[in-house]
Amino acid sequence: MYEWGPPGNPPIALMHGGLDFAATFDLLAPLLVESGYRPVAWDQRGHGESARAALYSWQADLRDAVAVLETVSSEPIPMVGHSKGGMMAMFLAEALPGRFSHVVNIDGVPTPKSAVTDVSDQDRPDELASGHEAWLDRRRLSAVAKRKPGSVDDLARRRHRLNPRLPIGWLRYLAAIGSTNDGDGHRWKLDPSIPVGGFGPRRSQWAMQVMTSLSEPLLALVSTVDEPMGWHIDPDEVAPFLPPRGVLEVIEGGHFLHLEQPEELRRLIVDFVAAP
Amino acid sequence: MSPSRDPYGDPTWLQHNRVKLALHQLDEHEKRVGHPLLLLHGLGEESPTELPAWAATWPGSVYALDFTGHGRSTVPEGGGYTPEILIADADAALARIGPATVAGRGLGAYVALMLAGSRPSHVRGAILCDGPGLTGAGPEPPRGVIAGLDEPSTSRESPDHWALLELSQDPRPPDYAVNFVRDASNGSPVEPAIAVVATESTPWLDAVVAEPAVVVLSLEAAIELYAST
Repeated sequence: MYEWGPPGNPPIALMHGGLDFAATFDLLAPLLVESGYRPVAWDQRGHGESARAALYSWQADLRDAVAVLETVSSEPIPMVGHSKGGMMAMFLAEALPGRFSHVVNIDGVPTPKSAVTDVSDQDRPDELASGHEAWLDRRRLSAVAKRKPGSVDDLARRRHRLNPRLPIGWLRYLAAIGSTNDGDGHRWKLDPSIPVGGFGPRRSQWAMQVMTSLSEPLLALVSTVDEPMGWHIDPDEVAPFLPPRGVLEVIEGGHFLHLEQPEELRRLIVDFVAAP
Repeated sequence: MSPSRDPYGDPTWLQHNRVKLALHQLDEHEKRVGHPLLLLHGLGEESPTELPAWAATWPGSVYALDFTGHGRSTVPEGGGYTPEILIADADAALARIGPATVAGRGLGAYVALMLAGSRPSHVRGAILCDGPGLTGAGPEPPRGVIAGLDEPSTSRESPDHWALLELSQDPRPPDYAVNFVRDASNGSPVEPAIAVVATESTPWLDAVVAEPAVVVLSLEAAIELYAST
C-alpha cells in the first residue's frame, strides 16, 4: 500500500489496472497532493510488491480492495480507478452504498459490445475449445513457469509495444520498479500464473447494469486512441447508459491518460470531486 | 484427516501452480483393463474413502480428486475460487492418469462438463450427477454483493470457507454451459460425450439436457455405456 502527502489531507483512493501496479500513479498522485489530497494506492494480489496468491478472481480483488480501504477512512471517500480498476470502482460502489463520495473511471467503462466473450457458436467454430485447451496447457506448466528475463531496457521496450504512446524513459522507470533481478536478468514481479484473458461467464450487460444504477457521481473518462491494452470504448455507445449523476469526458489520448496527461487528469478529478 | 483414509495407500500428490492436490486411487493397484474413471466430488465434499458400489464393475482403475480447498488438498489463503480454475485441477489429474471417463457430483458435475468441453480428446464421456454446489448463483451474478465480505475468515480448515462462499455465488449462464456441450461433442472420441444422471433442475443443467447430443440415463447405465467405449 502506498500513500502520498500529509496524513491530515483527505484521502482519495487510486486503483491500478489489470497486470499493472500502483507505481502507474507516480505522476498523478503528487499532483493530487499539491491539490490538498492524500492519495492511497496498493498493488493488487499477485501484482507489483504484493504477495502472489494461489487463486485470483474478480471477487477476491474486490474483497482485497475493501480490506485496504477499511484502513484508510470510515468516511465516504472519492475513488479513482484505471481500466480494470475503474470497473472495480463501480462494482465496489454498488456493493458498499454510502462508502464512496465520487467514482472516477479512467478508460474502463463497459460498453454494450465489449466483453461479449460468449459469442454464439456460429461465430466460433472450434475456437472456444482450442482456446481453453491452450489455457489448460499453460496451467499444467504454471508451477514452474517464469517470465522471460531481460534487462530493464528490454522490459521497457517490450512494454512499449503495448504502450506505444508512453515515453521510453517512463517505461524504463516502470520496468525498474516493477521487476526484480533473479541473477539471469530482470523479470516483471507480476505473478506469471495470472491469466491474460482467461475465460469465464462475463457479460457486458452485467457491468452495464452496475454502471447505470450507480447512485454516486460518476466521472467517466474515455480515451480516443486505440492501443493494444486499451478497451476500444465508443463514447456514443456508453453515453445512454450513464447513471443519473454521471458525466462523460472524451480526452484526446491513449489508454494511460493518467501517465500521458497527469495535469489534465488532476484538473478534471479535483474539479469533479470538489463539486457538490 | 486420518492417514488411513486411502484404502490402498497414500494419495498421489499433484502440483497445480501453488496448490498440492490429493488424487486417491480407490481400486487395488493390480493391473486393470480399460481406461480409468475419475470422480469429482461436490461443493464442500471430499473424495470417497472407498470404491462406491456403483463403480465396482468399472473395468479400469478408479480415481477420485480432492479439489483445491477440499479433502486433503491445499487450503490456500484468501480465497479467489472460480469453477474455471477447478477445471485445471481436474486436468492435472488427467495429466497423470491419461484420458478418462469423468463422473462429477454437483459442483463436480459442472466442472466435468467444462473439462469435457475444454479437453475434449481426453475425456471419454462426462457423467453429471446430483450433488452439492450444482446451481452456483444461477444464470446471473448476485447484484451488489461481494462474496464473503460479511463473513471474513482466516481459517485454513478443509473444506475452505472461501470455496463454500465463492462457489455458491458464481454465475452459470445456460448458454455458457451449452458451449461446453458443443465443444465436447465436436472433439470427443466417444458419443454421446455427455451423460446426465442428475434429476435436479437448474437452469444451466436444463439447457444441457435439452441439447440433442446429450443423453439422460441412470448412473448404472452411464457406467456401462462408458465402460465399453
